[in-house]
Amino acid sequence: MFGASLGAAADWPDRPGAPDRPDRPDRPALVLRGLAKSYGNVAAVDGVNLEVRQGEFITLLGPSGSGKTTTLRMIAGFLRQSAGTIEIDGVDMSHVPPYRRDVGMIFQNYALFPHMTAAQNIAFPLEMRQAARSEINAQVAEALALVKLDGLGDRYPRQLSGGQQQRIAFARAVVFNPRLLLMDEPLGALDKKLREALQLEVMHISRQLGATVIYVTHDQEEALVMSDRIAIFNKGQIEQLGRGDDLYDHPASLFVADFIGESNILRGRFERDGGGAESGSGSGGDSGSSSDSGSSSTAWISRDGWRWRVGAAQAERAGLVNGMPAALIVRPERLRIVGAAGAGIAMDPEVNAVEAVVRDALYLGSMRRYELALANGEVVKVRNQVGGGEAVWQPGDPVRLVWSAEDAVLVPDPGD
Amino acid sequence: MPRITGRRVSGGPSFNRWALLAVPPIVFLVAFFLVPLIVVSLRSVTDFPKPTGDALANYSRFFASAANLRVLGNTFWVAALSTVICLALGYPYAYLMNIVRPRLAGLLLIAVLLPFWSSLLVRTYAWQVILRDTGIINTFLLDAKVIEEPLQLIRTTLGVMLGMSQVLLPFMVLPIYAVMRRIDPEYTRAAANLGAPPFAAFRRVFLPLSLPGVLAGSLLVFVLALGFYITPALLGSPKDTMISQFIASAIQQRLDWGIGSTMAVILMGLTLAVLLAASRVVRLRDVFGSLEES
Amino acid sequence: MTDSWLQPRRLLLAALGALTVFFLMAPTIVVVPMSFTASNALTFPPEGFSTRWYEKMLTDPQWSTGFVNSAQVAVLTAMLATTLGTLAALGTVRGRFPGRGAINALILSPLIVPVIIIAIGMFSVFVSWRVAGSVVGLVLAHTSLAVPFVVVNVATSLRTMDRNLELAAQGLGAGPVRTFRRITLPLILPGVLAGGLFAFITSWDEVVVSIFLTSARFRTLPVEMWEQVRQVVDPTVAAVSTTLLAVTTTVLLLAFVVRRQAPVP
Repeated sequence: MFGASLGAAADWPDRPGAPDRPDRPDRPALVLRGLAKSYGNVAAVDGVNLEVRQGEFITLLGPSGSGKTTTLRMIAGFLRQSAGTIEIDGVDMSHVPPYRRDVGMIFQNYALFPHMTAAQNIAFPLEMRQAARSEINAQVAEALALVKLDGLGDRYPRQLSGGQQQRIAFARAVVFNPRLLLMDEPLGALDKKLREALQLEVMHISRQLGATVIYVTHDQEEALVMSDRIAIFNKGQIEQLGRGDDLYDHPASLFVADFIGESNILRGRFERDGGGAESGSGSGGDSGSSSDSGSSSTAWISRDGWRWRVGAAQAERAGLVNGMPAALIVRPERLRIVGAAGAGIAMDPEVNAVEAVVRDALYLGSMRRYELALANGEVVKVRNQVGGGEAVWQPGDPVRLVWSAEDAVLVPDPGD
Repeated sequence: MPRITGRRVSGGPSFNRWALLAVPPIVFLVAFFLVPLIVVSLRSVTDFPKPTGDALANYSRFFASAANLRVLGNTFWVAALSTVICLALGYPYAYLMNIVRPRLAGLLLIAVLLPFWSSLLVRTYAWQVILRDTGIINTFLLDAKVIEEPLQLIRTTLGVMLGMSQVLLPFMVLPIYAVMRRIDPEYTRAAANLGAPPFAAFRRVFLPLSLPGVLAGSLLVFVLALGFYITPALLGSPKDTMISQFIASAIQQRLDWGIGSTMAVILMGLTLAVLLAASRVVRLRDVFGSLEES
Repeated sequence: MTDSWLQPRRLLLAALGALTVFFLMAPTIVVVPMSFTASNALTFPPEGFSTRWYEKMLTDPQWSTGFVNSAQVAVLTAMLATTLGTLAALGTVRGRFPGRGAINALILSPLIVPVIIIAIGMFSVFVSWRVAGSVVGLVLAHTSLAVPFVVVNVATSLRTMDRNLELAAQGLGAGPVRTFRRITLPLILPGVLAGGLFAFITSWDEVVVSIFLTSARFRTLPVEMWEQVRQVVDPTVAAVSTTLLAVTTTVLLLAFVVRRQAPVP
């Protein structure tokens, strides 16, 4: 299909109005510019910009109502955008109806035609393109083989299991060599085990076909497993776009940090000591401080009498102004628990600390998970590898949490 | 705290309790509905103008007459024609109801139901008024000088068709609409996404999925049309006579219970035969279920 | 809902729909203005405005007795059919017994059996039982025809009712009778009332069976109209039609309102 039988696709008769197929692999497969959709006063999608490369697997991730499904449906042509443009393979889709866009879509409930067999379902898009009967039969057989359901072509959808239906939907969506593959939470209806197995299968087959995939989900684990890049949607906009590890290690906002993975959020006020005039003052340790960009000021988050140092690079990137509300995000595995009052640990100026009391200690086989309460009642989560040399703590132990300044991410606090 | 009495809670397969409630209405219906039907059937083999030993004499008498057979044939013909007309008008109407906004769909539903519930006699009379030689249509056309003499609209098959279709249309629309409502719109979207232009999507996906409703509606209309009396009596000519009219005149005018009840049995038999034949293709529950939804 | 991509097709469909609505409603509505005509003939548009045909309907003993008779029969039918229909619904929806399917079919069969057959059957039997030509015969006949409508309405109410409420009541100490009276009945009341109203309409408008079961002494309004319609071209018939229509529409709207009051589980 893709790659393998691109020649066969080129043999099909020209369809009137169909955009021509690109030979240039460097042209983006999909470009969204300023895409917006409003219903009355409500903006479901509010200015989305995105460029997807050929062969890329990109996930639109976000909570319900964030605009990801609306965006997908606009790409498919089921909804007309209120503003902005959609370009598929360099062609503007503004006046192209859904049945001429040449994108494959897998719906949330599969939408397999109940009155047709699996094979007839898969053959449908080929019939719409007036392919020859022999060609159709060959392609359908190939598609069934691809999803490992050979021999089940004569079954009706109601005679197939959920996982099988999903595969037929997939086969139907790829058989006609579409420019894009759109998937709208296709694994949502399946149980966890099946879902995880299919996640990998979908990913592998897509890669095998060289397909460009736009995948919508609200499950961040799924996104992390399958995608080349992830676009985090919030309130109709893309809040951050990047690779999974990028988003995890360097979330650009509180929302993203909260959405991807587990995080501890320490809110406070951003402070910057001095400019050039105050070099050397205020910080205990000398050289290793904030000398990256030449300015010798140090950045802090302060709260309730605590003062936590912010890594220099972080401070630069966040671009905050003195006095603004901000937050430090620390992943549970970056925190260490040490005994109270600094017994035995020399306090490195680059290391931050806060006092806490252990509330829960959970043993999870390969790791221990702690929940601790800070003085103001906030809960902090810490994860330690078992056998990693860390002490084991019990509920009720008064402790200190320590982390290196560079391990925390600084984000502005929108405050809600 | 009130003391829980020792009476048993009536849940579960309580054969006795609830079933008993159905007894009075069943007795009533048997006595005043079923018995009359049985009596009619019996009279077809017991009432004879002249004494005869042949129980089926009335039936032979009926089938021997060409006029009778013509009426029977006409009944079928009119019923079939009505079904076709109702389908031609009813399917698009149901489709329209399916695609407009809910509020408008509700109004369209009322437009279908209101005539359904108003008196058959009133409606047929209204058609009389419209179709007569001095009726609305003719008056309008004469005044507009489109025609010079009144068109013969009443006492024609056309007149009967118009009257019957208007009455039967709701019975076609409701079952079809009930089925259409349950067709997931994602199917047509999927068809479009897979490359089907609107008409192909309709023809290959929506239409096949709506067929159960079409069958149910057609069956209902046909069966009801077979038994029509008022409308053909008021709007039709003698050659449009349907079997119900024959039955009525046999009893009312000639007091010929023999032939009258015979024809009644034949009509009943035809109705049941059609229902039986159709039950192979359609689930009869669906047909009558859609009536409930009105 | 997809955005529209096919304007001309949709316009055609809408036009056909409008035509159908016109076809459905116009004939019935046409009668209304004509009943107010001042002339002696039924013309359209009606000449002049007069309510004398209504006066005639109310004063002419033929029509006015018909009106009273119809009302009488309809009310009695509604009461009897509602009672029997509710019992039947309870029995068939809640009851378990062999042959439930057949009983269901029996109860709904008056809707399918050609009405002329029902008419002559009842005529034959009721004559020998000496109830033909009286209120009794008509009420018995109309009730048989109306029961299916009551059953359908009440059955729907029963099926959508939350049975846990009954179980809760019984758990709190209410016996079956009290549970029915205080819990079930109030909850299905909209269905019962709607059924009653439909039963009323069924009887009020019934023609064919009534033709056979009425006599010169006792006539209902539709039968009176039937006699007149085939012979005399008298605008009074239009007035009668409008009255029949007005009553039916009112009752129908009432029934819709009642059904909407059904408590949502």
